[in-house]
Amino acid sequence: MQTLQTQYLGMTLKNPLVPSASPLSRDLDSARHLEDAGASALVMHSLFEEELIAEEKKLERFFYHQDLGHHESSSFLPLPDNYRSGLDTYLEHLQQLKSHLQVPVIGSLNGITDAGWIEYAKELQDAGADALELNVYYIAANILESAEDVEQRYINMLRKLLDVVSIPVTVKLSPQFSSPVHFAHQLQQTGVAGIALFNRFYQCDINLETLAVEPQLQLSSPYEALLRVRWTAIMRGQLDIDIAVTGGFHNTPDIIKALLAGANVVHLCSALLQQGSQRISTLLDEMRQWLEDNEYDSVQQMQGSLSQTNAADPGAFERSNYRHVLQSWTPPPGVRY
Amino acid sequence: MQKTADHRTVTIDGNEAAATMAHLLNEVILIYPITPASPMGELADDWSAAGVSNLWGAVPEVIEMQSEAGAAGAIHGALQAGSLATTFTASQGLLLMLPNMYKIAGELTPAVIHVAARSVATHALSIFGDHSDVMAARATGFAMLCSNSVQEALDFAFIAQAASLKGRIPVLHFFDGFRTSHEINKISLPDKSMIADLLDEQAVSAHRKRALSPLQPVIRGTSQNPDVFFQSREAINPFYQAFPGLVQDTMDRFGEATGRHYKLYEYHGDPQAQRVVVMMGSGAETAVETVDYLCRQGEATGVLKVRLFRPLDAGLLTAALPSTVQAIAVLDRSKEPGAGGEPLYKDVVTALVQHWSGDLPKVCGGIYGLSSKEFTPGMLKAVFDELKLEQPQRYFSVGIVDDINHTSLDWDPDFRTDAHAQAFQALFYGLGSDGTVGANKNSIKIIGENTELNAQGYFVYDSKKSGAVTISHLRFGPDPIHAAYLIEEGQANFVGCHQPVFLERYEILDKAAIGATFVLNTSEPPEQAWQALPANIQQHIIDKDIRFYVIDAYQVAQDSGMGKRINTIMQTCFFAISGVLPQAEAIAAIKDAVHKTYGRKSRKMVSLNIKAIDETLANLHEVATSKQVSSSDQAGVTMPADAPDFIQRVTGRIIAGHGDLIPVSALPVDGTYPLGTAAYEKRNLALEIPVWETDLCTHCGKCVFVCPHSAIRSKAFDQEIVEQAPETFKHVQIKGKDYPQGVHISYQVAPEDCTGCNLCVDICPIRDKSNVSRKAINMAPQPPLREQEAANWSFFEALPEYDHAEIKRNTMKGSMLMEPHFEFSGACVGCGETPYIRTISQLFGDRMIVANATGCSSIYGGNLPTTPWRTNAEGRGPAWNNSLFEDNAEFGLGIRVACDQRKQAARNLLEKISGHLDSKLVQDILQCAEVDEAEIHEQRERVAQLQQVLATLDSEDARALLELSDNLLRNSVWIVGGDGWAYDIGFGGVDHVLASGRDVNILVLDTEVYSNTGGQTSKATPRGAVAKFSAGGKSTAKKDLARIAMDYESVYVAHVAYGAKDTQTLNALLEAESYPGTSLVIAYSPCIAHGVDMSFNHRQQKMAVDSGHWPLFRYDPRRAESGLNPLRMDSKPPSLPYREFVESETRFNMLWHSAPETAEKLLQQSQQEVQQRYLRYQQLAALDWAGPDVDE
Repeated sequence: MQTLQTQYLGMTLKNPLVPSASPLSRDLDSARHLEDAGASALVMHSLFEEELIAEEKKLERFFYHQDLGHHESSSFLPLPDNYRSGLDTYLEHLQQLKSHLQVPVIGSLNGITDAGWIEYAKELQDAGADALELNVYYIAANILESAEDVEQRYINMLRKLLDVVSIPVTVKLSPQFSSPVHFAHQLQQTGVAGIALFNRFYQCDINLETLAVEPQLQLSSPYEALLRVRWTAIMRGQLDIDIAVTGGFHNTPDIIKALLAGANVVHLCSALLQQGSQRISTLLDEMRQWLEDNEYDSVQQMQGSLSQTNAADPGAFERSNYRHVLQSWTPPPGVRY
Repeated sequence: MQKTADHRTVTIDGNEAAATMAHLLNEVILIYPITPASPMGELADDWSAAGVSNLWGAVPEVIEMQSEAGAAGAIHGALQAGSLATTFTASQGLLLMLPNMYKIAGELTPAVIHVAARSVATHALSIFGDHSDVMAARATGFAMLCSNSVQEALDFAFIAQAASLKGRIPVLHFFDGFRTSHEINKISLPDKSMIADLLDEQAVSAHRKRALSPLQPVIRGTSQNPDVFFQSREAINPFYQAFPGLVQDTMDRFGEATGRHYKLYEYHGDPQAQRVVVMMGSGAETAVETVDYLCRQGEATGVLKVRLFRPLDAGLLTAALPSTVQAIAVLDRSKEPGAGGEPLYKDVVTALVQHWSGDLPKVCGGIYGLSSKEFTPGMLKAVFDELKLEQPQRYFSVGIVDDINHTSLDWDPDFRTDAHAQAFQALFYGLGSDGTVGANKNSIKIIGENTELNAQGYFVYDSKKSGAVTISHLRFGPDPIHAAYLIEEGQANFVGCHQPVFLERYEILDKAAIGATFVLNTSEPPEQAWQALPANIQQHIIDKDIRFYVIDAYQVAQDSGMGKRINTIMQTCFFAISGVLPQAEAIAAIKDAVHKTYGRKSRKMVSLNIKAIDETLANLHEVATSKQVSSSDQAGVTMPADAPDFIQRVTGRIIAGHGDLIPVSALPVDGTYPLGTAAYEKRNLALEIPVWETDLCTHCGKCVFVCPHSAIRSKAFDQEIVEQAPETFKHVQIKGKDYPQGVHISYQVAPEDCTGCNLCVDICPIRDKSNVSRKAINMAPQPPLREQEAANWSFFEALPEYDHAEIKRNTMKGSMLMEPHFEFSGACVGCGETPYIRTISQLFGDRMIVANATGCSSIYGGNLPTTPWRTNAEGRGPAWNNSLFEDNAEFGLGIRVACDQRKQAARNLLEKISGHLDSKLVQDILQCAEVDEAEIHEQRERVAQLQQVLATLDSEDARALLELSDNLLRNSVWIVGGDGWAYDIGFGGVDHVLASGRDVNILVLDTEVYSNTGGQTSKATPRGAVAKFSAGGKSTAKKDLARIAMDYESVYVAHVAYGAKDTQTLNALLEAESYPGTSLVIAYSPCIAHGVDMSFNHRQQKMAVDSGHWPLFRYDPRRAESGLNPLRMDSKPPSLPYREFVESETRFNMLWHSAPETAEKLLQQSQQEVQQRYLRYQQLAALDWAGPDVDE
């Protein structure tokens, strides 16, 4: 029988399928369903810097903006003594997941600054998080901000985080770095235990009726998986940190490709949102079958076997691949240029 | 809290003191908000919501009623069913309880009502303290026990309850509103076990046994006839005779247990005193202080504190006076016009006549302190001096200058006792919104609860809701602090000025003592700070050798991440340099307080505040002062030279803070004041003001429509008129086919009256096609624009009004060209109510009479010193009055009936003498409906013509008609108020007026809470909202007032939200007014109590409409006459999930942080509810109204 075990962030996981931060972990029941379906660990839904800030603003209204300085009303809204902040709720939920699940739980922090909020990570650790994922969802839109500045932002946040926690930390990266491998190496030197490739940036849209810019939520598609596979393959042999792939992994072939390229784990999100928790079980069955069909003993045996370092044609992951693709194009039937 | 062997000390205010004991000793608490008693009910509700139990281990049930009358009725019921029940009230609220109080007392039912005594509205409403309310209750049969201090408010709350249970006489326990109810002081709190030991459980049991029960049935509350009623009343006398002894006995036992001994009639002073004052309330504590001082000066004086006013034990009272007394002044804090003396005075005179042995001393009656008027040792000294006279005035007042009756005593404003020699007195000038008061309350607690020092805090506010000025008076010292008056001139050891703009307006340092410390928040660098002070402030510093410190608190706040929040910074300054506590200890205590306040609720706020505290110390600088005055500026408020005499003599002085010095002769005798005075208060609150972009603007008028303070206006005029305009005055050809070429329009901002709320910019629909962030109106910093725009504003104001007959009132552009008759109110920044009021004032202001229910709209509409209601150039404008909270609909109906009656009388006379008049003129007058501006104008012309003719006729009828002829014009009667009035306390009246069919227009400004008193739940509060008295989220649905009104089928009803659909609001107001019967417009009014950023006011209204929370519709009975369904839906079915609406408002979403399951359940119910409600309305609107009987 093939073993699907994998190592990730210092933990031995029973298989490489780890649901990523999503609404599915917000509820204990759905988290249990994920575990029952075979998830080997769970990344909690994110604790968002913006949510914490928005809540702070709301509390400011409570504490401050009620001050009118009028004889008849020194306050308006009663602030309950049993008030639980978003952080409190997150921590309670984390504790709840830890006490009810057997699999490791990875906390998720999502923000863009190294301001005070990042220090709350210590509380996530104290609440039992086995590891932390730092998701820097940052759009570099400032003309004065250089690529180095952007990278430094990640490094600073990571340092702050590593200052306050002792559990392993992984960083979810944007796909838009000039030199992703070099940057990942910097992260490794800073002390990161792993990286997740890659963040998906939701695109905003322009409403042509109102001329307002509106957000769009689009789930991932399998097409996106190959970008992750390529960079996993490129980085695997050059870095000594764990790699998770995330974004576009919906089916077994793509998962297998990621593992061959060198991923330690594969995060699942859109596939589960669309098809439910049981999708994990199906994928695991299919993975086992593939390993059996292809005579692999274990996942670990195949992990990184097709990384750039180990691949028969390392150039295929680079420019030669591009040239080859361009030359392979044939017009569709009936289309003339 | 500090715990000692037998008690804890707490630093709380009088309301909390009384409520603490009331909550401990009762099972049922029925409440209704009224200032200044509201906090007692709120605290009781908070404690019960938090599961705090009473003495018997049960959590008291707290229920908010629809009025104080309702609370009294419910208490009566609860008591009759064997519960221990109480309530808290004041003023008109107490008056509403009177009928039940007679019943409760008549049935010998033990209970206590706690009253924060407040003026009863007469010529004016006043929320401040005096005894006019409790004196109105003195005949009810309730005992009346008066507390003079915060400590007594706690102690007497117990003594009243214990004695009432024992003696079966209900007790009205009262203390001075604001002076005691809102004064924070350090007091002792007895242990619960001690209270349990002192309370007679047998008496409690006896009360329970008298409960109505089917197991021991009795009948109580019968009707009686002449044969036995009288005897029955006399049968209660033994209870009243025994009661004073019971109260004294309870006081004695309480004294043994606590060390605090009280007497029913407690004398203090020289045992051989010749001059004595007799009084009740907090003023008696000032009298004690004064007597002590005078006795040390060799003056044989004394004060008799009357604690038990009913039942009055005349013998005990008389016996408490020293036998040596030769002259007595009985001081009443109430006024009974026309009486032979005030109530306490008359009772004392009667007591002396009945019980004094020997020659009666001279007895005078004086009144003082009405409506929280200051009552100082200097005034008491004047009373004692008066008593020295051979013939002291029999009746006098003290504390005012009465140049009409000449009964006021002169007093020495510089007289001081030595009571504060060991105390530290500090004054802080702040803005209501800058958190100064909150920080000072915090400081008092820090000192009161962390040191052996005693502490006192009292807070004075002005009457504005935006930009209010607060003055905090804090005292600290080794001895208990009893002074029931403000820090006086030359007495403050510390003065903090938290807003530099106050230097221009107030004599900040007049109260500073010699050697005081002055700290100023200013952006001036330390080396320039001295030079920047006005001359009179510099003079104070020189004369009094004041140490002067500065800090740029706003910069420190910004640098430390606190935004504009300076309270912690200024608090740190106080502790850093005042020396009240060792600095390190004080700073540690502030930091500890920060942790306690914000704690786990907000770690960020903790860290930012801590950072701000640390930054403060590094940025506080002492300023080197000069021995020479170098400035020529003078602090103080002056009125424009061309302001009317009344403004100069009265309004201007009140604005400047000198109202106390205005003599009786200067004030109107009946509470009648001129309009248009708000324009004289240039408050310059806005940091940014709107700037009009003429190239983009389409002249839609929306910015004018939404402005809560009428600070942006539009006017149309002939181009030639503006040839002399200031250079920067903007105007362009008005767009639209309704206006001829050469007619220009201007959108002008009143820069010194704008509050900078940004709503005009928010609503502007026009964006620059090349830069969508630029609108047709944009905010820009006020200071560089102030002078220029003030000149433009003056020019704009002087422009004539565009001919109303040429204006299409049913268009936004047209209606907004009409001048408002309501401007620059003191309402909150971004207020959601005032745009409705301003709009009706534009449409109908020159012919409207307003009946205004008590509430926010009566405060920002009619609280002195100024009113936003104003006249037009012809002198016409809204006539306004506020009767009460509960009777506003009836009040308005009365106005309508009177107008109609006078109009009919005029018409009758007109017809009677028509033979002497131009018959066409008569017919035109009689037949004119006055439905549009042209007809109104024509009718005015006709009446003017008629009046000219009548003046020439020599007949009684002609003269009578001349007097009545103005009534031939149509008046527009508006009944305006909030949801607390319309849904709750005044609903009976509203309902009756709706049913009357009379031509009145009811405008309900629905904020969905009692906004004015601080956000208590009303029946308009929606399900799931958190409000005071609904801390766990309101579990029931909002009352559908519109549907109730529609059921009459004869009422015009509109449900509007101006920020969601402005034209619907405009049309509804026009239709309502034109409807010749009763109209009801229920107007959605976002409020600061909703916990939303008011600059998103319009978005919130739109979300309310789109989610179905606030459907828009109009029900016009006139449509039925044409076979049309009267109901029209003006909004679409709910399209926005209700969750999105509630998530956007703190009043709802806070529940997710405390009770998420409840919040979710209530949300689901609300979601279903709004869908169903819309569906019901939609079905009603879809009914075929033509019906079989309609002749097609």
